[in-house]
Amino acid sequence: MNSARLNAPAELEALREKLVKQRLENKTIITICAGTGCLACGCESVANAFRDVLKEVRLDRDVEIKTTGCHGFCERGPLVVIHPEGTFYQKVKPADAKLIVEQTILGGQLVKKLLYKDPQTKKDIPKERDIPFYKKQMRIIFDKNGYMDPTSINDYLALGGYVGMVKALFEFKPEALIEEVKKSGLRGRGGGGFLTAKKWASCRKAPGEPKYIICNADEGDPGAFMDRSLLEGNPHAVIEGMIIGAYAIGSHEGYVYVRNEYPLAVKNLNIAIKAARELGLLGDNILGSGFSFDIDVSRGGGAFVCGESTALMASLEGKIGEPRAKYIHTVEAGLWDKPSNLNNVETWANVPIIVEKGADWFSAIGTKTSKGTKIFALTGKVNNTGLIEVPMGITLREILYDIGGGVPRNKRFKAVQTGGPSGGTLIVETSEARIHDSMVAHGDILDEEDALSLLDLPVDFDELTKAGSMMGSGGMIVMDQDSCMVDVAKYFINFLQEESCGKCLPCREGLRTMLDILTRISDGKGDMKELDVLEELSTVMMDTCLCQLGGSAPNPVLSTLRYFRHEYLAHIKDHRCPAGVCKELVSHAIDETCTGCHLCLKPCPTNAITGSLRSLHVIDQAKCIQCGACYQICKFDSIRRVKRGEGELIQQRAKEKWQPPMKKSAAAGATAAA
Amino acid sequence: MSATPVANYDVEQAITSIVNNYGAKPQALIMVLQDIQKHFHYLPMDALKVAANKMNLPIAQIYGVATFYKAFSLEPKGKHHICVCTGTACHVRQAKVIVDNLELMLGIKMRETTKDGEISFETVNCLGACALGPLMTVDDVYYGNMNVTKLGKLVDELHGIKSAAGAEEEVA
Repeated sequence: MNSARLNAPAELEALREKLVKQRLENKTIITICAGTGCLACGCESVANAFRDVLKEVRLDRDVEIKTTGCHGFCERGPLVVIHPEGTFYQKVKPADAKLIVEQTILGGQLVKKLLYKDPQTKKDIPKERDIPFYKKQMRIIFDKNGYMDPTSINDYLALGGYVGMVKALFEFKPEALIEEVKKSGLRGRGGGGFLTAKKWASCRKAPGEPKYIICNADEGDPGAFMDRSLLEGNPHAVIEGMIIGAYAIGSHEGYVYVRNEYPLAVKNLNIAIKAARELGLLGDNILGSGFSFDIDVSRGGGAFVCGESTALMASLEGKIGEPRAKYIHTVEAGLWDKPSNLNNVETWANVPIIVEKGADWFSAIGTKTSKGTKIFALTGKVNNTGLIEVPMGITLREILYDIGGGVPRNKRFKAVQTGGPSGGTLIVETSEARIHDSMVAHGDILDEEDALSLLDLPVDFDELTKAGSMMGSGGMIVMDQDSCMVDVAKYFINFLQEESCGKCLPCREGLRTMLDILTRISDGKGDMKELDVLEELSTVMMDTCLCQLGGSAPNPVLSTLRYFRHEYLAHIKDHRCPAGVCKELVSHAIDETCTGCHLCLKPCPTNAITGSLRSLHVIDQAKCIQCGACYQICKFDSIRRVKRGEGELIQQRAKEKWQPPMKKSAAAGATAAA
Repeated sequence: MSATPVANYDVEQAITSIVNNYGAKPQALIMVLQDIQKHFHYLPMDALKVAANKMNLPIAQIYGVATFYKAFSLEPKGKHHICVCTGTACHVRQAKVIVDNLELMLGIKMRETTKDGEISFETVNCLGACALGPLMTVDDVYYGNMNVTKLGKLVDELHGIKSAAGAEEEVA
């Protein structure tokens, strides 16, 4: 569109002014979230429905439709926000487009059924910013996401994009720029939390040319998808950050290493790079500053270990992604043995904001040692799943309850897992969990004060590490009473065992042995002595593994052992899985709360469930393979997962206690009629 | 190797255009292999040999890379490909139930293909839309908040059978 190359900052400002004016002229904008979550919910057909309806009522020129990057509230997708009012509609279906256009855009009224309802007060909340999910957040990195089409550089410019870059190139000497970033206290968002400016300074000082800038977008941590959303929703922020970093370090070549599983991120990033090049914001002599820098996109091959810096660089060179020992840091000899500076997507996205608003502004946010905000992927057993951006130092309680809205279906909250598999671990168990009858009966009681204080843990780099976890890239997975901690540890070790590249022995063999032991424990064949072996192996691995994949791999085992040792003991001594997950130790049974709704009959792969409609259903214990399909589907929590062999007893008792649900449904019908 | 024979000129032509997209640089190898896989749905051995020739790389290096990264398959995949996410968020929302039942429904194990060559399935560590777990993709289309009933319908559709519910409606 504006293919004319810009040769000076003044030209960029003139273009920006023009774009801002254009934006104001467009009165109403319908933004539709087109992040991966909403795409999966069918937002594309919603956007098309809006286009059709607007055409029908001849408003297609006056009202603009924007498909934007991720808004974060994936749980409620597809999301539609009408600007400038900021009216927020959730779970919008294509058929609703007509209603919204007629009532809201033409009539100025709200469509009640599409508004977000506060689960506690049951009141409608029409504005996006008033929703509790967003209220406690501090969206500075994600700020532009909801307002721009990620494929439009004009949108980014109109929202103040590339201001930081201009400031960096024309007002700062590289050394002063590094000093500014140092003052801001920015730490790497990829997991380690290393001071960004320190890395930049070492890379700048390192002898050797050329120097490389790399953006790590190999987001392999299961349960984390913030880098994806940033690249998909606001690729220019990452590009801008990389240009600033390159200027500070003295590099002219940059690479973005993206997971192959993120095709939309690759596409949007490539579009953004092309648009930036056309405007002269990337390439030779950027805006006439005399500084040149360009970026190439490289797609990864799907290996978790490639998130490790040396493995990533090997992979960038087209080789097998094996890490190497880091006697010499990558800032001195990285990609093709040249000084290379690697930062994570989110770190790069922070850079333009720091330069634009100043180090003092940035360092005012957060805690003493962790500045700014952090994006978390809040997932698992929590009501409001999605991407959240919060200031460092917010407590776990605020994240889980105020933003996350607690655990669904009135189940008990058990643990939170942060930091991905190798970094990751588990913490916290609420006091409610501890007073649960069965736990008291079996003596599964922990130190209550300890657990409660953990829920008030301020979330920052150092506090999480102290609690035996780590920040990692920001996955935050909530677990409830249905999650077995032995199973979770086994899951992570199995994951890492599969992803281990096999180069060094402690990781390759250590993980395999750990998995063997954990499998035996979850099968009820474990031995108390093996817990010592687990701990010993963990120490050896932490001391001797070549890279952090192996070095931090024992974390999930050690932290579950630290906080949930009683669950290991239940498996080993009682042959019982308290959460009812470990198949070999569990029986499925139907209790007296069964309504006879027939819902569980169909998914049962072995036809083990019998019973006629509106009468008690029974699981044939001999036929049941403990697949859990019925447990997943039952709406009344009537399926119980009990200790192996106790299923028959539960069903026997159910037979004695069960009453036909006729009365209940008649009563419900009566109240509904009234 | 059960590689299906592909006409030679096809391979030659396809690989040449793929390699030319990136230039015969060694650092383009992974992307070249991805594009070959996209083209053939797997990495046929004769295609790898052509690529080695065009890129001036030893076939051993290409084979090494092709077997190291999870995204690559040296075996042909089914016409429809299912990926079930077993990332942590999906795991705690019982993705295992989906995997187990899919194995039962299809009568194959993970990373296998049905006998008729129609459907293959694998698990992946994270599809990156964790808020919608348990999650899976069928031919790159996302299906969120899965349960066994939804799964049954999807598999029926893939088999080209009308779902039982649909058939009942027709009778009625």
